[in-house]
Amino acid sequence: MNESDAIDPSRRDALVFGRDLLLGGAAARWAGPSPAQAATANDPQAPVTVKLTLRVNGTAKSLALDTRTTLLDALREHLHLTGTKKGCDHGQCGACTVIAGGRRINACLSLAVMHDGDEITTIEGLGAPGHLHPMQAAFVRHDAYQCGYCTPGQICSSVAMLEELRRGIPSHAGADVAAAPTATPDELRERMSGNICRCGAYSNIIDAIGEVAGVRT
Amino acid sequence: MKFDTPATKNPIDRLAVVGQPVDRIDGPLKTTGTARYAYEHHDAVAHPAYGYVVGAGIAKGTIRSMDLADAKASPGVLAIVTADNAGPLGKGDKNTALLLGGPKIEHYHQAIALVVAESFEQARSAARRIHVDYAREPGAFDLARARDSAVKPGTGKPDSAVGDFDGAFAAAAVKLDATYTTPDQSHAMMEPHASTALWDGDKLVIWTSNQMVAWGVADVAKTLGIPKEKVHLMSPFIGGGFGGKLFVRADAILAALGARAAKRPVKVALPRPLMFNNTTHRPATIQRIRLGATREGKLTAIAHESWSGDLPGGKPETAVDQTRLLYAGANRMTALRLAELDLAEANAMRAPGEAPGLMALEIAIDEMAQKLGIDPIQFRIANDTQVDPEHPERPFSKRRLIDCLNVGAEKFGWKARNPRPASTRDGRWLAGLGVAAAFRNNLVTKSGARVRLGKDGIVTVETDMTDIGTGSYTIIAQTAAEMMGVPLHRVVVRLGDSDYPVSSGSGGQWGGNSSTAGVYAACTKLREAVVAKLGLAGEAEFVDGRVRAGGRDVALADAAKGGELVAEDAMEYGDLAERYQQSTFGAHFVEVRVDAATGETRVKRMLAVCAAGRILNPKTARSQVIGAMTMGVGAALSEHLVVDRNAGFFVNHDLAGYEVPVHADIPHLDVVFLDETDPMSSPMKAKGIAELGICGVAAAVANAIHHATGIRVRDYPITLDKLLDRLPPSTDA
Ligand code: FES
Ligand code: FES
Repeated sequence: MNESDAIDPSRRDALVFGRDLLLGGAAARWAGPSPAQAATANDPQAPVTVKLTLRVNGTAKSLALDTRTTLLDALREHLHLTGTKKGCDHGQCGACTVIAGGRRINACLSLAVMHDGDEITTIEGLGAPGHLHPMQAAFVRHDAYQCGYCTPGQICSSVAMLEELRRGIPSHAGADVAAAPTATPDELRERMSGNICRCGAYSNIIDAIGEVAGVRT
Repeated sequence: MKFDTPATKNPIDRLAVVGQPVDRIDGPLKTTGTARYAYEHHDAVAHPAYGYVVGAGIAKGTIRSMDLADAKASPGVLAIVTADNAGPLGKGDKNTALLLGGPKIEHYHQAIALVVAESFEQARSAARRIHVDYAREPGAFDLARARDSAVKPGTGKPDSAVGDFDGAFAAAAVKLDATYTTPDQSHAMMEPHASTALWDGDKLVIWTSNQMVAWGVADVAKTLGIPKEKVHLMSPFIGGGFGGKLFVRADAILAALGARAAKRPVKVALPRPLMFNNTTHRPATIQRIRLGATREGKLTAIAHESWSGDLPGGKPETAVDQTRLLYAGANRMTALRLAELDLAEANAMRAPGEAPGLMALEIAIDEMAQKLGIDPIQFRIANDTQVDPEHPERPFSKRRLIDCLNVGAEKFGWKARNPRPASTRDGRWLAGLGVAAAFRNNLVTKSGARVRLGKDGIVTVETDMTDIGTGSYTIIAQTAAEMMGVPLHRVVVRLGDSDYPVSSGSGGQWGGNSSTAGVYAACTKLREAVVAKLGLAGEAEFVDGRVRAGGRDVALADAAKGGELVAEDAMEYGDLAERYQQSTFGAHFVEVRVDAATGETRVKRMLAVCAAGRILNPKTARSQVIGAMTMGVGAALSEHLVVDRNAGFFVNHDLAGYEVPVHADIPHLDVVFLDETDPMSSPMKAKGIAELGICGVAAAVANAIHHATGIRVRDYPITLDKLLDRLPPSTDA
């Protein structure tokens, strides 16, 4: 992999973008009361909560969650793993794609309580600046994003999608459902069509995925 | 620094970093989910409360009463903000309707309340327990019906006329008189409008998703009735805007009001189904185009009239603007007319004016070429102009439309095209090739920046410029690296913060050129400070982290040994934009397949050739163009906010109903940039590119469909129902 100085993540590590990181640091500068302070245990109005454990990116996370909490909000609002994005909250855009038990799912369409004990892989679990997953590095090289908001979903989706191809799961784009599917550009496009990119990086995304899959697009 | 004479040789021309296709410097953050967007500042704000927006359930009328009791009693609710209890609110200069409605309702899904609760689930649940009693009033929702009541708008230059259009059109040997329609469209950016707000004493701190930081500060202050100095607004990452985040929207104002009421930091994101009717959209247009030409194919008469609608006090879609500049022709007129409609606010979306204008004009040009029996590329070339047709003494600074068309024709294999429509079959598919010209004006605007040279030799740029996916972080870093003679990884870029110097912001494809020109100005000042500090004499060269002048060769970092050097400046513009018409040009080529039985259109190949000044980063610029081409395909084939003309709202207000292109709709896209510099635009010699890319795309698709099928559809989007009953008889039936 030939990365230029410009994207050498180890060098870029030191650099920050925007003012937010300057304000942050170890503790947040502004804080509301913690939920524990806000609600008492015997409050009859308190929401119905359930204790559960999510195994996120290899680490067990125990949570007590309102049963209405989606897997997406559990990740974003409770575990502060905001790499997984909320684009629609209705299963219409793919921005919230995570890998649960090896399968890609829309985290907004799944309640957290349905995943007690499940292995969840989010974008943060695939790689970090300085240690990019090959798919993340390919996205950078191919400029397979613009605003970046659909990007974690595209990357999680594509990693799981290539696995589906390897397992021989057929798609509508294949001529023969009984034959082993191959990573043709049309197969990749069909299988990625649940992930909308309004910035319109599709052409580059398919190039990036194709490179990782070892096919010409 | 003032830019009032054409650029000459300057440090950017070295092109050691600028002009190189470097990867985005924010790429590792975006691809790992570590770039923080407006709703995600957990590092700075712990335990925020959650706000959920309630939108009006009618399009026009008043709220008779609002019963908040159930909602207030709901678990976890901390506060409910309504127009009744929010205190006096102003209206932002850039807003047409109020961001918090009530009792008067101006459009469907206008925000009428914010419920603030401990959790998102609690806020959402309580929001559904607000009971509203409305008094509904009839409204106008149908542009076609309102067309006759449309008036000449009071702002801008709605009309233009040169020569004698009526006489020339009457006398023309070949004429076209056709009417086209474009539908309401939505930006549908992937990140919903979102804000996190808190009050630090009387000061509002707000992270929001906004393209224009300084406009945002001004309108937040004006709406809340507080001084601008009391607003600290940050927008470091923006999940797409396309014009939909040019202005402060309800999420920002309601987050601020909610935080005040709940005495807690509050965050608010617009629920996706609310966005389409709550925020702005590109309005529908009806466009009448008349063209007159000689039999040899010279245009003698050009008229373009456009009708659009907006709320009272709104503005027209300037769909005729490009027609004033794109083709020669001695006799011409354009007119904009504006109807009052009670739909959500109409406003700018990627290439406002030109995008819908060219959707019509470039079909009309294709139709005229067909009438004349002339190749559509040759027809465009024959009617090229190198001067502003309304003011022939005013030349274009650079205009290489002909080169774009010729280079594209060659690369796309245009010569092999059989000019006869519906002449090419590919199995069950009808094949067609279409072309359209791309045109978008280049705007330059004042932009400032601050540059710091640290003791460690790191160059830090601060400006309130935003990166909405355009690549601002990267091209600004490239500019500073080039100016200061350091490698890219020695530059830090900080954007999107109202504490930083005011920039151009991102809009109208002015941001790339304008903001880097501002960085150029600040770096020029920093270079002077470095030279003075080092006691150098004569012309200095900044290369490889060193400064060379008068036979001396010193490390750049030495200048900051005694302390950081800071320089701040802005680039301002003289009258070059008045003396020279500055525009960007391109040509779009499209190959389609239309299913001979079902009328389904598939885009097979696309090419854009662009002439837009110096390309600061060919990799990110190409992304801008392919993104715009993709949006253009949506405009051609599927995007359509469907109006409920009785109830008065956009029916398909989510991402399942409003169909934007997905992976399966878009083939590999090709882009060619002509090698060009424009010394009239700025010292960067660059121009805009992000909007040029969408201009003309939809018409090129429409023209390709016509070439494939022989069917001329003048009403977008070109869905299969508009082709089905006119498809050529199937040969194998
Ligand atoms: S946020 Fe889950 S599909 Fe859109
Ligand atoms: S990168 Fe912006 S939506 Fe895909």
